[in-house]
Amino acid sequence: MRRLVRDAGHLIRPALILLAGVAVFLVVRSAIVPKAFGQYGHYRPGALGLVRQRPIAYAGQDTCVLCHDDEAKARAAGKHAHVACEACHGALAQHADDPAAHVPQLPDVANLCRRCHEKDAAKPPAFPQVATAEHSGGVACNQCHQPHNPHL
Amino acid sequence: MIAGVDGFMYPNEVELQWSVLIVLYPYITGLVAGAFILASLERVFKVEAVRPTYRLALLTALAFLLVAPLPLQLHLGHPERSFEMYLTPHTSSAMAMFGFVYLWYLTVVLLVEIWLEYRAEIVGLAQTSSGIRRLIYRALTLGSYNVSPEARRIDDKVGYAVTVIGIPSAFLLHGYVGFIFGSVKANPWWSTPLMPIVFLFSAMVSGIAAVMVLYVVSSKLRKVAIDMRCLDTIARYLFYTFVIDFTLEMLDLVHRTYESDESFRSLDFMVHTRLWFSQVILQIMLGTLVPLTILAANQLWRFSAGARKAMYMTAGGLTLIGIFAMRWNVVIGGQLFSKSFLGYTSYKVELVTREGLLPAIALMILPFVIFLVLIKLLPPWQEEKAG
Amino acid sequence: MDISRRDLFKVGGKLLVLASVGATLEQITGAEPASDAYKMADHWWGMVIDIDTCIGCGNCVRACSTENSVPHGYFRTWVERYQIEEGRQPRVDSPDGAMEGFPISTREGLKSFFVPKLCNQCAASPCVQVCPVGATFVSPDGVVLVDDSYCLGCRYCVQACPYGCRYLHPQKQTVDKCTLCYHRITRGLTTACCENCPTGARLLVDFKNPKDPVHEILRNNKVEVLKPYMATQAKVYYKNLDGAVR
Repeated sequence: MRRLVRDAGHLIRPALILLAGVAVFLVVRSAIVPKAFGQYGHYRPGALGLVRQRPIAYAGQDTCVLCHDDEAKARAAGKHAHVACEACHGALAQHADDPAAHVPQLPDVANLCRRCHEKDAAKPPAFPQVATAEHSGGVACNQCHQPHNPHL
Repeated sequence: MIAGVDGFMYPNEVELQWSVLIVLYPYITGLVAGAFILASLERVFKVEAVRPTYRLALLTALAFLLVAPLPLQLHLGHPERSFEMYLTPHTSSAMAMFGFVYLWYLTVVLLVEIWLEYRAEIVGLAQTSSGIRRLIYRALTLGSYNVSPEARRIDDKVGYAVTVIGIPSAFLLHGYVGFIFGSVKANPWWSTPLMPIVFLFSAMVSGIAAVMVLYVVSSKLRKVAIDMRCLDTIARYLFYTFVIDFTLEMLDLVHRTYESDESFRSLDFMVHTRLWFSQVILQIMLGTLVPLTILAANQLWRFSAGARKAMYMTAGGLTLIGIFAMRWNVVIGGQLFSKSFLGYTSYKVELVTREGLLPAIALMILPFVIFLVLIKLLPPWQEEKAG
Repeated sequence: MDISRRDLFKVGGKLLVLASVGATLEQITGAEPASDAYKMADHWWGMVIDIDTCIGCGNCVRACSTENSVPHGYFRTWVERYQIEEGRQPRVDSPDGAMEGFPISTREGLKSFFVPKLCNQCAASPCVQVCPVGATFVSPDGVVLVDDSYCLGCRYCVQACPYGCRYLHPQKQTVDKCTLCYHRITRGLTTACCENCPTGARLLVDFKNPKDPVHEILRNNKVEVLKPYMATQAKVYYKNLDGAVR
């Protein structure tokens, strides 16, 4: 028996090194991995909070109508009732937070209306669209159409 | 019109995600697995003829294994986080097993086997050498100087057991890469149950070819005679493995062509255009058919030793290129076509970026540098002197 | 009062220790923000898109890009235009993801329509399945998210997504994708794309809300998900989707 230990003794050394490595790894692992990991699934639950904290750029029309009552009423009566304010006016959460500090610019009418309403063979035929050059002869859309309630 | 794109690609598909480095990784681990299988031929399957290449094969495997994680690290967006694969491996992901399989194979299989094989020389050199080399050898002895015949016999038995465990470990080390590709249902070029097996056999082919070439080159450089019986045996096993590999790849091709499902038309067009050179010319013709013909000829007819050496070297070299082309065709090919089957993009290989051609070439040269260091430290041909 | 350097060091040291312990604890526990009116278990998010209503204006693409700071050239959402001539392969295009809409088409007599696409928020997501570390996941309320501070950038998930909705963020070097504006929907807002769609083609839906219009939509219309044979349990439903759509 003693002879076996003597002749096989050298094998203990690499085995010990490996075991030590595993032990160190387990200690490091328990220190680094967040305790809550796996709470909802195989991920850090803190990630949910991380994503939720991202900044908001669009306030949403429900916020706009809190102050802009007149425009909201005009819009609700017309064809653009389901077009959100920021769809034309751009991202305005900053303006909603501090109206005086962030004054929004009026949209560029010439290009804005055309993006949806320029006649296009690919668009659904029932959607209101015109060949704007012929339709207005170069006159700006809001000379005749009120954007919040555009139907004439 | 987007440069390099024909037809329609989903907007996020235009740029390739997995570069030439990801082509390199399975190539390298394939060489490791193949070299190890060749070594196990002698140790486990008692093919005594290939004994002269036993140590060479082990050192080749180690040199390439040490380089294997590097292309992956260079590829990652955050290589400093790669340790997470050990901390929180996601067991549903084949990729998550990489760290564990790699460490297992490196330590328990390869390093232990090499240590057991070389222990007698290490102990001797620890006592006879001087300076830094003496320190290195002393460290490698792990403090034990027992090289009695009984101890050596135990070493031999344990080494045998390690090799036996090592064979499925080598299969796992490379096979899981095949599964990484084969299990992606979103990609019809990759998704097939044959993928791990094709990867494995092409790995064995490349590994055996690599050891064969290294044996001839190192013998020539050392101006020693080549053991032709050894070389012929290696070539024979290369031939057998290659036949199986070729059969599997042809099976995949025939199956796809026959079933001709929706993806087939798109993939077929891709092979005929963007992959024509790398798949048909490099992989199939030059990389498979020519070497197979050379090796088959040597099974049917007897040529002179000189002619055989030249033919084996040609076949081995072409094989190594062909298997690289196969990895290229799988990885890059799988990203050249759109998952809408309506278009194709191109792979613009850059030169000096993190995932460019230059790092790839450097990573291919590095294993040979390590190999040179290893053969200086642990000469694989000591037993010739001992007789 | 005379404050000695020694006192400063003592106080400063204590503060430093407290701060680092606090920061470490926060990192280690990684708990979600407390005091929440939003309960994840009450929601199961998805989207309904009506192909017949989409006019390809690209407002959704621009809005998403603004809301989520999407890097140029990459897309969390995009619109595809299909123009199909009988007996031929469909002609599909998506110029810059439809960021500036589409160039006017004058080709009459074709079957044309627009298909907005985004992450399908799959309940049996193949991208989540392949992540080696758990950096991407399905949240308890059904949104597929990426943990930015955990992602390695290996791009396995990008390969595994059948719909092409993921990309590697060039600056962050982590994988990015549509989050269904998780930061908005958990505060009672709708997604940026749905908010800014002028025709109402895109609609955020909550399957767990009994009053949500989705239940009636699914009951009364023919709907489809993209690539149903992939069995990803996609939660973005398309009304009036043509069989040619890939």
